[in-house]
Amino acid sequence: MIKSVKIKDRIEKSVLTYISVTAVFLVFFVMNMTGALSSKISGMLVPICVYVVMALSLNLTVGIMGELSLGHAGFMAVGAFTGTSVTMMLSDSVSNSAVRLIIGMVVGALFGALIGFLIGIPVLRLKGDYLAIVTLAFGEIIKSFFSNIYLGTENGSLRFSVLQNNLDLSEENGKIIIEGAMGIRSIPKTATFLIGYILVMICLAVIFNMIKSRTGRAIMACRDNRIAAESVGIPVFRYKITAFTISAAMAGAAGALFGNNYSSLVASKFNIDTSILILVFVVLGGQGNMLGSIIAAAALTVLPEALRSFADYRMLTYAIILILVMLATNNPQFRSFFEKLTGKLKKNGKEGGHES
Amino acid sequence: MSPKEYIKREPLMPQPATNFIPERDIHKSPVIECRNLGIDFGGLSAVSNFNIAMGPTEISGLIGPNGAGKTTIFNLLTKVYQPTHGTILLNGVDTHNMTPAQVSQAGIGRTFQNIRLFKDMSVIDNVLVGLHYQIDYGLGTSIFRLPRFFSEEKKAREKALELLSIFDMADMADTKSGSLPYGAQRRLEIVRALATDPCLLLLDEPAAGMNPMETEELMENIVRIRDMFQIAILLIEHDMKLVMGICEVIGVLNFGQLIAKGTPDEIQSNPAVIEAYLGKQKEE
Ligand SMILES: Nc1ncnc2c1ncn2[C@@H]1O[C@H](COP(=O)(O)OP(=O)(O)O)[C@@H](O)[C@H]1O
Ligand SMILES: [Mg+2]
Repeated sequence: MIKSVKIKDRIEKSVLTYISVTAVFLVFFVMNMTGALSSKISGMLVPICVYVVMALSLNLTVGIMGELSLGHAGFMAVGAFTGTSVTMMLSDSVSNSAVRLIIGMVVGALFGALIGFLIGIPVLRLKGDYLAIVTLAFGEIIKSFFSNIYLGTENGSLRFSVLQNNLDLSEENGKIIIEGAMGIRSIPKTATFLIGYILVMICLAVIFNMIKSRTGRAIMACRDNRIAAESVGIPVFRYKITAFTISAAMAGAAGALFGNNYSSLVASKFNIDTSILILVFVVLGGQGNMLGSIIAAAALTVLPEALRSFADYRMLTYAIILILVMLATNNPQFRSFFEKLTGKLKKNGKEGGHES
Repeated sequence: MSPKEYIKREPLMPQPATNFIPERDIHKSPVIECRNLGIDFGGLSAVSNFNIAMGPTEISGLIGPNGAGKTTIFNLLTKVYQPTHGTILLNGVDTHNMTPAQVSQAGIGRTFQNIRLFKDMSVIDNVLVGLHYQIDYGLGTSIFRLPRFFSEEKKAREKALELLSIFDMADMADTKSGSLPYGAQRRLEIVRALATDPCLLLLDEPAAGMNPMETEELMENIVRIRDMFQIAILLIEHDMKLVMGICEVIGVLNFGQLIAKGTPDEIQSNPAVIEAYLGKQKEE
């Protein structure tokens, strides 16, 4: 008999991911509320959510769409600057900080999507290495753009200038928002762990639901074999740009959450290092493996801080843990172990009267 | 009967293959017509002066030695390559400004000589990609998992399973397609192409790598597919038993030129063909 490899049902995997994310969230949420977390760890809860979303977003581009993007921090910057500017502008008119943050994140996502779409038009016509290099360039362009713009408000109207501060804001009514290389300052911290968790869950749901739909299948078909996808009528470019736009929107929302978590925001944060760091999360977690991305992003965000007490051995320990994460998520033995585990869960579920 | 109508029919019974060969229906308007079709690769003419017309329910074969330009003709018909000269009429419509995706939507389904499955996806997902345009919901509907998503997916899965059952592959639906044995991969490619509801099916060496028993079965299935779906099938094949057994018309290609065209009997007794192709084979 032919040995056949069964593909695990993705529903199965998505439910497992939702449950584990929620469980971990609840534990830390309660610990945070009761003050059981050190101030260092509790300060990292939002950044963890941000990087988890960034990793999920890039995994959509790299793992599901199959294109290497090296400029993902650029979309994060777009979301961070637009989203944070909006929350700053709304600070007088909208009193509820959560509502303000959500508006900021929606705006960040929309701008992220817009820029992703515009950049996608030329970039997604390229292939492989060319695409990676051009995304890297666009990431840097976005970073430089935000280091060189000035944005302010006066009497409810927007003032904008590039390269030089020509805003001429009046003393009493004017308010500078983005100030060139100094970025945005005195941002009220509105980001919360709860909203971070909600964003993670929304992104997970969008990705999982899209993967298991005609759109997701078309995107993965283009990844697996472009010529074959065209031969069954799939317009490859259209589906690639759909995936890329959604991915950029998620990065934009994460950026807005990030911007609203600190008192100041500078564009130099969104450089190639950040793009590569996010790519490391995706590669370590396994391409197309969302739970892996989440684990890798969370672990690698916490680790450098948690390892401070190791002093001299810090980087060594960091490297060892990197290798372990890689083994745990990509190693076939580890994988089959986890598959057996989830397979058992599946069987138990079926005994409860669930058929087929 | 189009595939859509066919799959609405109640359970698919394995039908005995009929070796019924319809009268050549070329006098009806042809499903595909090539006029003076040709392509050069950097000055080298890979195909030139290629003229054919196929009736809407005809099974035709394209044979010729390796490198003769057979696959190149499929790539021209599906617009993977842009012809350097000549015209292709699909159901009377000139395809010169269509993309490969548009040609597929206009009714040409194909398989590949070097198998091109979506190998990280399951068997049924491969077929569902073929059914893409028969699934009617948008991205928003799927993200919010609205009722329409479930009803359309259910309908599509049923269709996909019925199409798979043509080749008795329904029980492999959840297998990863890249892990299928060679013969099954070739059959899956045919099912995927059929899922797009084509009026012309192009099969590039469908029996390559199959054992004699599988080839026998494939022969019957190709005829059965034509009879059930009432579509035209153009196939490239080196297996002479298959070609001579099921093709109503055969074209012989050598160095990019069509050197003979005719019924299997005419081809087998054509001296030019024997010299160019069959003769060589006998020497081996
Ligand atoms: N993309 C291409 N670029 C250059 N030459 C090509 C290309 N595709 C096919 N050819 C050439 O065209 C000729 C016909 O190839 P092909 O159609 O694959 O032959 P076959 O009849 O075996 O299918 C060969 O000489 C091949 O080298
Ligand atoms: Mg060939």
